[in-house]
Amino acid sequence: MYRYDEFDDRFVRERVSQFRSQVERRLSGALTEDEFKPLRLQNGLYLQLHAYMLRVAVPYGTLDSRQMRQLAMIAERWDKGYGHFTTRQNIQYNWPKLADVPDILEALADVGMHAIQTSGNCIRNVTADHFAGAADDEIEDPRPTAEIVRQWSNGHPEFAFLPRKFKIAVTGSPNDRAVTKAHDIGLRMLRNTLGEPGYEVIVGGGMGRTPMIGKVIREFLPKAELLPYLEAVLRVYNLHGRRDNKYKARIKILVHEAKLETIRAEVEDEFRRLRAESDGPTLALSPEEITRIEAYFTPPAFEELPDADSDLDAALMADATFRDWMKTNVVGHRKSGYRIVTVSLKPIGSAPGDASAEQMRALADIAARYSLDELRVSHEQNIVLPHVRAADLPEVFACLQQADLATANIGLVSDIIACPGMDYCALATARSIPVAQELSKRFADPALAKDIGKLQIKISGCINACGHHHVGHIGILGLEKAGVESYQITLGGDATETTAIGERAGPGFAYDEVVPAIERLLDAYRALRLTDDETFLQTYRRLGATPFKAALYSQATNGSRPAVPVTQGPRAQGPVAQGPLPQAAVAAPGEYVFYHF
Amino acid sequence: MPIVNDTGFTDEATPAPLLSLAALESGGGDARCGLEVANDTDARDLASHFSRVDLIAVTFPNFADGRGFSLARRLRALGYRGRLRAKGHMIADQYPMARACGFDEVEIDETLAQRQPESHWVSAAKLQGHALQARR
Repeated sequence: MYRYDEFDDRFVRERVSQFRSQVERRLSGALTEDEFKPLRLQNGLYLQLHAYMLRVAVPYGTLDSRQMRQLAMIAERWDKGYGHFTTRQNIQYNWPKLADVPDILEALADVGMHAIQTSGNCIRNVTADHFAGAADDEIEDPRPTAEIVRQWSNGHPEFAFLPRKFKIAVTGSPNDRAVTKAHDIGLRMLRNTLGEPGYEVIVGGGMGRTPMIGKVIREFLPKAELLPYLEAVLRVYNLHGRRDNKYKARIKILVHEAKLETIRAEVEDEFRRLRAESDGPTLALSPEEITRIEAYFTPPAFEELPDADSDLDAALMADATFRDWMKTNVVGHRKSGYRIVTVSLKPIGSAPGDASAEQMRALADIAARYSLDELRVSHEQNIVLPHVRAADLPEVFACLQQADLATANIGLVSDIIACPGMDYCALATARSIPVAQELSKRFADPALAKDIGKLQIKISGCINACGHHHVGHIGILGLEKAGVESYQITLGGDATETTAIGERAGPGFAYDEVVPAIERLLDAYRALRLTDDETFLQTYRRLGATPFKAALYSQATNGSRPAVPVTQGPRAQGPVAQGPLPQAAVAAPGEYVFYHF
Repeated sequence: MPIVNDTGFTDEATPAPLLSLAALESGGGDARCGLEVANDTDARDLASHFSRVDLIAVTFPNFADGRGFSLARRLRALGYRGRLRAKGHMIADQYPMARACGFDEVEIDETLAQRQPESHWVSAAKLQGHALQARR
């Protein structure tokens, strides 16, 4: 794992004291609210519906047990005892007090962490395949590249006031688990015909209100040239990206409007100039620099083990619950005798991605003992134990059971991605967590979930699409229409290397119609599939949308049930709220205040 | 209008009158002058004038509009070695960024100078070279 050097430590400490000073200068009036806002955002601090929210960066989703324990401590000391893992591999605290934030940042700095550039119109925290360094299909570990990008982008003086946010993701496997085609820049590691390592560079992907699949701007970029090329792309974007309309300010719109060929030519021109720059520090990476960063990610001390284990086989024979969990939550490892475990943060009826301080500590303990001290946060809002010995799996499972973390649902119907929605977010137009909770409860029966098979449901509570609904096999988008929540359903999205944007099925559904609609959809799927092994997505691709739309709208949906008014009540129960949903408050249309920032 | 550099506020006079690009091009002659350009100017259009301008001022209409930073980097990359000034709405926290992008100084208006006095800019100036970037 990467360890902060003196430079990182000094940088992060200085940012903390700088932020203290910025808070003081805001209070004194030296900084206006408008001037303070981007400074606050670039230090991870949002103003939400009910409180501030602090988004902590977890670069490429990698944590060790010490860091996870500190995250637990922060949750207990300064929040309500839990944290929320996000689709960008970060963790959010939903209830910090402004006055405590500098102290929280100090506590993060103590374990080599920060909240820098987790928000604002800058290059955001870089993400990568959560199975990096463990996946059996990996060409090359993406983390050294992600770390190089982190060092280059954190505090970059030229790119702190971009037209809009900028997200970079890296994958080192042909099977894309990092959604690289839905990022401003996606980097796919590959080798050219001479066997030299480099990247395919994808630009202009994104979700939001105008979803777009990224396009290949460079088929092969040699590894050493990564930073000059990224700098060239960012410079062209900074100079030419639209600033007249925040909804048209992402690079995807620039690429779309100016055409890929034009942007490619501009970038290549800038790239040539950057490579030719002789004075000042050069951005090109020397082999020594690449080796220095790669050394941080040297594989841990794996034991030489046979891949089969008789104790594991015995445990599998003896315990059907364990067997089910193994099937869904455990996959192969590049090293014989090891497995990758995904810990579900989606117990039935819970808020996706929430973990209590106790659970974080349990995960830290398990990682320290059984996973060579490593943890990963996945963009699917789960936690990965990347290096578990096959023989230890029964014990790991037992430990997870004790911490209420042994739900066997990875990749199944209840493994739902959901944004915070109206329970927290000032931008949200509808609730998303309660929809996820209700769906999870409806499909709680393990036999039913198993029968439905591989399925990704993704829910966003507004058009900004933080819940990735565009790339869900089933996407659910919560909007507000005339004061009531209305949920649009999209079908056939795909977040992998065969990226696809889901197709909108038709008119929206009221809040309490969503679960029955999904039920009808999945009943139809089970009736339509050719074999039990044909997944929802495969069946959809074979038959097209028509039979699924028919199932969705097979009964009157408009006006058949009373619509539920939009509410903004805080969801204060914590991470494992299983009780009834808060009663919706009755409010007149137009009463809602939306804070935009 | 205060000019800010690494030492704080200075009263040093602008070396030459600041002309727009159009005025410079129509004026002709060899007289040395300064140039004031908007942040959406193409740096390549200025390259032929580098030898006769003593100062280029890039305007910042709003502190949140970061185009000027990239324009400065481009001007330096194209070989401009004269004085480079950021002019307009820039806040003290951006001073180290401006310097790292190739600006020598910042010109702010009196109102901003009152709200963000010299000490704020001097503190910010001390944070130069501390970005992670500078390690390489």
